[in-house]
Amino acid sequence: MIPGFISFGVAVLLASAFLCLFRISRGPTPPDRTVAIDILGTLVVGFCCVLCLATGLDFFMNIAIAWALISFIGTIALAKHLEGRHFDD
Amino acid sequence: MTIDPIPMVFITVGLLFDLLGCIGLVRLPDVYNRAQAATKCVTLGTCLVLIGVAAQFGVSALGIKALLCMIFVLFTSPVGAHAIVRGAYRSGVKMWGGSVVDAYADVAASEQEKS
Amino acid sequence: MKQLLSCVLTLMLWLLLTWSLAPSDIAAGVFFSIVIAVVLSDIYPDNPQAAFEPRRWFWAAVYVPYFFYYMVRANLDVAYRVVHPDMPIRPGIVKVRTTLKGDLGRTALANSITLTPGTLSVDIIDDCLYVHWINVSTLDAEEQTMLIVEKFERILKKIFR
Repeated sequence: MIPGFISFGVAVLLASAFLCLFRISRGPTPPDRTVAIDILGTLVVGFCCVLCLATGLDFFMNIAIAWALISFIGTIALAKHLEGRHFDD
Repeated sequence: MTIDPIPMVFITVGLLFDLLGCIGLVRLPDVYNRAQAATKCVTLGTCLVLIGVAAQFGVSALGIKALLCMIFVLFTSPVGAHAIVRGAYRSGVKMWGGSVVDAYADVAASEQEKS
Repeated sequence: MKQLLSCVLTLMLWLLLTWSLAPSDIAAGVFFSIVIAVVLSDIYPDNPQAAFEPRRWFWAAVYVPYFFYYMVRANLDVAYRVVHPDMPIRPGIVKVRTTLKGDLGRTALANSITLTPGTLSVDIIDDCLYVHWINVSTLDAEEQTMLIVEKFERILKKIFR
């Protein structure tokens, strides 16, 4: 039952990630792609949780925290670039 | 390891919200609606998964880290969506044809003139 | 005062994250939180004594479940719109007014708006919030303010004042 649950989780997350990738590859405008990249970053946090449950190793949670914060910084940088401003503005 | 039923319910609901958010990302017509659906559903979904992990491990290093991670996601995700949508509007992405009102148009136009 | 508060907060975060009470960990935590407090003290709010009023903490504790209730409702609403074959959406950007003063309160309000029923804050200019709404149900400005801002502002006013 437990491996079944973990593979269900991984399957759902992979399906979501592929929908995001579809939007990244086909998005008509740059902001569409940026939104999809942001969402992909949040999905990776979910992946880390599922892997943490599957293995019981605690460093996956450290990865999740670091990923959440760094993907936020990346998103802000991309949004600033979209707005046409410089990083020291 | 065995997963208790309560965390399992949280994680299942969270994963389904993740999936719904990504379906919204693909189906909805313009960037503003996409950001809207995707940000809301994926944020709640990931938060529920993290709550599930915290409930599974209780008060331990892992559980506390999961709760902290939830707080980070809850604070950073709406700010990121706000920044992207603002950037999208300033970079001139048109709204969907079926949109009803646009109170922001004149503000953005006057900002453009100033800069 | 401001530096001391930020130092204590950073140290608490460090202890929660490392989850160990070994002397070397605590020493490293104290060192880094002093460095961070000295370097970054500018970004903390100006009235640190406000953080010790129990009444604000009470309203913050009320706000969390209230906010989660609206967040789950918003998600069910958006999920319904996404999976419905006809996609019943009427998007638009509306302008609403807020009476909250102070950056922290407005940030909390904008984040709450983003995560709740069908709304996403686009910009704040002075007192006006520009909000992208997935289902514009009324074109009247007063009613829009009632629907979007009122329910959070009522409690946030008591937390941040």
